[in-house]
Amino acid sequence: MEKWLMLTLVGKDRPGIVAKVSQALFDMQGNLGEASMTRLGGNFTIMLMVCIPESKTVVQEKLQKICDELDLFFHLDAIEAGLHQHIEPDVRISIHGADQAGIVAHATDALNKAGLNILNLESDVGGSPENPVYVMHIEGVAGKGFDAVEKALQVLARENDVVARMTPIDTMVG
Amino acid sequence: MALLNILVYPDEKLKQVSLPVEEFSEDLKRFIEDFEETFRSFPGCVGIAAPQVGRFERVVLVDISHKPKHVNHGFLVLINPEITFCEGSSLGREGCLSVPDYTGKVERAKSITLKALNQNGEKLEFQMSGYEARAVQHEIDHLDGKLFLDRLVSRRNALSKRIETPTNP
Repeated sequence: MEKWLMLTLVGKDRPGIVAKVSQALFDMQGNLGEASMTRLGGNFTIMLMVCIPESKTVVQEKLQKICDELDLFFHLDAIEAGLHQHIEPDVRISIHGADQAGIVAHATDALNKAGLNILNLESDVGGSPENPVYVMHIEGVAGKGFDAVEKALQVLARENDVVARMTPIDTMVG
Repeated sequence: MALLNILVYPDEKLKQVSLPVEEFSEDLKRFIEDFEETFRSFPGCVGIAAPQVGRFERVVLVDISHKPKHVNHGFLVLINPEITFCEGSSLGREGCLSVPDYTGKVERAKSITLKALNQNGEKLEFQMSGYEARAVQHEIDHLDGKLFLDRLVSRRNALSKRIETPTNP
């Protein structure tokens, strides 16, 4: 059976992280699966699936060298791949407003109660250091229908002074 | 009547440019019957192009009438379809019978003027917008050897302003 690991990696951003880490995995005959790699603030982050014949311990040792050189922290977990089972989102939600602690907690609690299963969430802090702005995009499945989500967002917008809107996603299959 | 096989990416044949239909023969009519039956066997699907079933002629079928909230022209057999005018742009999610288990955001013209022939060689002209216009653009892309994968918009920056070449030159 194929053996899959999830690599979680974080460090101060600099050019070459992806190239060096993926080369190291390729040198161990690793085959990469799905990945999310992005800069968050000044950090570079990787969540990466890799199918690799080496044991977790050996992968750990070999990656440690490169990660020491590049000042990166990482972690490996054995996982089930679960590929070829994408769930289609049927709703996209955008929320933005003056940055304040608790936006994500309040929004996701309300959306969870409204039956939303989050498939993807991305957020950025924009604006200036004096007036930071929080922008969040969520894609998910509205398990209890769009009306429940819409109502949750209306309450959220009113109580937290943010703009919150949803758009149904109607995937065109041709 | 027979169900036709769907070519699946990365089959190189999907990159082939299809040729215009020259003759409205019995063979073409028989093909369209099988083609429609194949199309109907995928209930969630709103369009199909002949090269997806390995026939490299400019024939597509479109039918979004089972999505009643979108304005539509019913079931369409479009031969040698041509977009003569397009306007605006819209971002929407697309999937494809030839690309299983993947969907992505694609920018398309919002409104189009479409000229085509029907299975009897008679001229058709439509003004379309939104979902139906998206379906037609997706299918015509197949005739030119293009998949929606060739037009994907990045996940993260899908809502920021971009400068891109027009969807349909």
